[in-house]
Amino acid sequence: MFAIAVFAPLVGSLVALLLGRQIGDRAAQIVTIACMILASVCGVSAFIDLVYNGVPPGVISLGTWVEAGTFRVDWALRYDALAAVMVAMVTCVATLIHIYSAGYMAHDNTIWKFFSYLSLFTFAMLMLVTADNLLQLFFGWEGVGLASYLLIGYYYDRPSACAAAMKAFIVNRIGDLGFALGIALIFVVFGSIGFDDIFAGVSKHTRDVYHVFGRDFPALEVIGVLLFIGAMGKSAQLGLHVWLPDAMEGPTPVSALIHAATMVTAGVFLMARMSPLMEFAPNALAFVAIVGGSTALFAATIGCVQNDIKRIIAYSTCSQLGYMFIAAGVGAYQASMFHLLTHAFFKALLFLSAGAVIHAMSDEQDIRKMGGIWKKIPLTYVVMWIGSLALAGVYPFAGYYSKDAILEAAYASGSLSGAYGFWCGLIAAGLTAFYSWRLLILTFHGAPRADQHTMDHVHESPAVMTIPLILLAIGAVVTGAIFHEQLLGEHWQHFWGDSIRLNPANHVLHAMEHVPHWVTLAPSVIGIAGIALAYLLYMGMPFVPGQIAMAMPGVYRFLLNKWYFDELYNAILVQPMLRLARGLWQIGDVKIIDGMPNGVASLTGSSSGQVVKLQTGSIASYAFAMLIGLVALVSIYLVFLR
Amino acid sequence: MNAAGFPLLSLLTFLPLAGCAIILAVRGDDAVVASNARWTALWTSLIVFALSLLLWVRFDQANGGFQFVESLSWLPSIGITYKMGVDGISVLFVLLSTALTPICILASWESIQTRVREFMIAFLVLETMMVGMFCALDFVVFYIFFEGVLIPMYLIIGVWGGPRRVYAAFKFFLYTLAGSVLMLLALLAMWVAAGSTDITVLMKTQFAPAMQTWLFLAFFASFAVKVPMWPVHTWLPDAHVEAPTAGSVILAGVLLKMGAYGFLRFSVPMLPDATAYFAPFVFTLSVVAVIYTSLVALAQTDMKKLIAYSSVAHMGVVTMGIFTVNVQGLSGALFQMLSHGVVSGALFLCVGVVYDRIHTREIARYGGLADRMPAYALAFMLFTMASVGLPGTAGFAGEFLVLVGAFQVSFWLALLGSSGMILGAVYMLYLYRRVIFGAMTRDELKTILDLSPREIAIFAPLVLLTLWMGIAPSHFTGFWDASVAHMVDHHQAALAATIKLAGIVK
Repeated sequence: MFAIAVFAPLVGSLVALLLGRQIGDRAAQIVTIACMILASVCGVSAFIDLVYNGVPPGVISLGTWVEAGTFRVDWALRYDALAAVMVAMVTCVATLIHIYSAGYMAHDNTIWKFFSYLSLFTFAMLMLVTADNLLQLFFGWEGVGLASYLLIGYYYDRPSACAAAMKAFIVNRIGDLGFALGIALIFVVFGSIGFDDIFAGVSKHTRDVYHVFGRDFPALEVIGVLLFIGAMGKSAQLGLHVWLPDAMEGPTPVSALIHAATMVTAGVFLMARMSPLMEFAPNALAFVAIVGGSTALFAATIGCVQNDIKRIIAYSTCSQLGYMFIAAGVGAYQASMFHLLTHAFFKALLFLSAGAVIHAMSDEQDIRKMGGIWKKIPLTYVVMWIGSLALAGVYPFAGYYSKDAILEAAYASGSLSGAYGFWCGLIAAGLTAFYSWRLLILTFHGAPRADQHTMDHVHESPAVMTIPLILLAIGAVVTGAIFHEQLLGEHWQHFWGDSIRLNPANHVLHAMEHVPHWVTLAPSVIGIAGIALAYLLYMGMPFVPGQIAMAMPGVYRFLLNKWYFDELYNAILVQPMLRLARGLWQIGDVKIIDGMPNGVASLTGSSSGQVVKLQTGSIASYAFAMLIGLVALVSIYLVFLR
Repeated sequence: MNAAGFPLLSLLTFLPLAGCAIILAVRGDDAVVASNARWTALWTSLIVFALSLLLWVRFDQANGGFQFVESLSWLPSIGITYKMGVDGISVLFVLLSTALTPICILASWESIQTRVREFMIAFLVLETMMVGMFCALDFVVFYIFFEGVLIPMYLIIGVWGGPRRVYAAFKFFLYTLAGSVLMLLALLAMWVAAGSTDITVLMKTQFAPAMQTWLFLAFFASFAVKVPMWPVHTWLPDAHVEAPTAGSVILAGVLLKMGAYGFLRFSVPMLPDATAYFAPFVFTLSVVAVIYTSLVALAQTDMKKLIAYSSVAHMGVVTMGIFTVNVQGLSGALFQMLSHGVVSGALFLCVGVVYDRIHTREIARYGGLADRMPAYALAFMLFTMASVGLPGTAGFAGEFLVLVGAFQVSFWLALLGSSGMILGAVYMLYLYRRVIFGAMTRDELKTILDLSPREIAIFAPLVLLTLWMGIAPSHFTGFWDASVAHMVDHHQAALAATIKLAGIVK
């Protein structure tokens, strides 16, 4: 049954991809959606069987994948609580988004292709979460990357969409290099990359050291950091986050499924999956918490000034992922998985309702050109409120439980990195509430700012789109209350079984029950203050925000331009790389290597003239000369001076 | 005799020549001769391929030694025999050669219109040389085939190539020949020292460390050019750009593997001390190759040049893997050689498809092909992803195993050598974006047609192979596991012996 849940989307995807043009759009939709429904039924029942009906966890083996000497990796599905809960969540959310897409993409030309990609993505994500070894996880990891690339670039005739797709793939690849190195180091240390072998061997290798950067580090710490670099790429953490906002070039259902609910949380999942190892890498965990806290705060500040409805939600996703890493970084993996779960529902809801708004506003995405439409699309308005309440962490919506749990855990951890995470998270909670209500008010309230023609067309979406919205809204309300005690309570092991294993010294779950009273209250108070401030500024005195921006133009521009990360990377990485590439080709290859025979010949004539010519003033030729020198020196050093 | 019951390897090697004889015998007007030559060449190569499948079926994977061995006395007075045989390292390259040849002939079906007969003959001779080279178990026989490959390839580039074909053909010939002279010297020296040119004997001969150094350098000069390693790679882009599509496919698919095969067959097993001694030097060149040529590939404006440079980068990964001399590194290098043979061959065919329609390789002249050519876009995407090394495609397992192998040598080697993961994605996606994505603006593209049935027949086996190698690489690595393990043991034993010897001398 578990296997059906994983492979049904693949079947749907292949049918749609290979036969899509023959059988037509409608049939392709029906096949993929039917496969998804089958997958979600199987996924949910597999989850219930495991967690509530006492079916034992296990591994479904599917044959050998890669083998070379002692390096042996199998295709296998791991059936345990962590995998099962992710499978249930992914299949459910993906099914709803498939159904929603049937309405949202109704006017598209290549519907079969869209549904095929969407199902392909779901399959890859399921392979990722059910992997029994790191290499299969990497397969899913890259597979979702491919699907994400294809879907961001779905409107491939737009240059911006192509650029965004490439950027997403390449930035992710930077993280993946770290991940791949981490896997290799695990093999070197543990002699295997199967989860059971790794987890069983952790206690034997806590004292191992790995020599790099001229000194010895604990091997587990190095592994932890390398794996987290992979997670940073996929989960858009500070430094490698630049691809996520641009990824909004993809169709909105894609943003909801891939860039909010599932794929971007893969990094968080990785941390939870590797918890038995990460628990013995305290410094790596501190790094995780610090990066997570910084991202939570950093992305929230940008979210406050953006004007594109999808980009605001994208930065919010970035920020919420930061929260999940704060929790993982203080050893509260259960809390990070809890937030992952609730976030999947309310963030998918927010994106899809944003999609409904965009749909209603004739493809307008700029919230400065919206306003005054709440009476015309009341259902969308209501579900967007629910999503925002959940995001802001207002009682009793889902986000309240999970966000509070994270902040309490961060405080309770007592570590410096935990405290950093706590304060960043607390401030970000206020900003989150602020930008959420800024979005709500600017989008739905005030005087209409769109032209008359657009306003006349504002309409509620068809049922095929609104029903998924309602179901997700229910999820955004109830998941917090239902799962809070099961996932985080005293008896968390009933739920998680062996899939999350803690260091015996890790008592953060226990300690978070005993944090001071103000810590439990602070997020709610700050959240409500944020809402109130947004109400005051945008509802009460709509002229004030503009004046604030005028008064502090530097700060405003800094935030509006997203802390100038793109410009910085362009200036220090992209442009120099392109220049170097051209230089190496035209000077290195064409002039120097190919010109060598001529050079040798003319050197015999007048060597002094040649020396003068060497000083060409071109950076590339100097770079080439340095490269030759470097190769010679390194070779001499390595070969002759050992 | 051997597992096949008849001299299978010799048959595979020389059967294409029989096809040549038939083609030569045909008389008639040009159209008849051309059509006849095409069909004869296709059938010959298909029969050879079908026969070569016996190797896949009958090869004993548990045996790390040579199989299907045939031996004939040739020049007994000076110890030279005609000896053929395959082991786990060479067997799949025989299959790669026999599989790519019919595909290439099919790919030249319409694009070659002048001197068809001569083209097909050159191709069949080329197949003889390639198969013979991978099967040879005598150094002299190997040397003949190794150099013999140059002649048909030189003609294919020089006669049926693009506008600068003569320049490219000369450059190709001179570069690769220059190294070979030194290999001939090494061959003579080995013959003098060991008294035999039998490769199996030479593998067991221990050469003095000082002699190993010189032998290694001589071999290196020849093989490094063939691989090609940085900085002797510049013949490759020119050769590729001027060669007809089928020539590029064989050049990338099989000829580039000859250098790496040479390292695996001669340098590593016969010269263990020198291999260990020079490994850092090779690593350095490999890492430079990966980074330097990836960057150069990024700057290219010609599709074929871009893929040619990417080949150099991928082969850098291969040489890196070979010189780690551990199981993962060697196994990864072999897999990368095989997958590169399939994938880069397929990518050159992809270029050929649009070149046949629009007659330009300038990237800037394309754009927005996805609209009119969905099947082509899909195949191109798959091969692009395989070239980038996406898990589940052929390109992944080799690259990753080399990474694991390199990691056992040094963190920095693994990090820098794997930077191709990022740079490869940059230049390949940039290419794909400019050719397939974007809006279609040029008039001449508006009527471009998707893949024809003949082209689908060319791509289908490559697509299946790419996925098969990605999903079940163990079906392929199984062939060489025993041989690689044997090679690693042999290498370590030889090094240990040298250290022991040094201890006694002191």
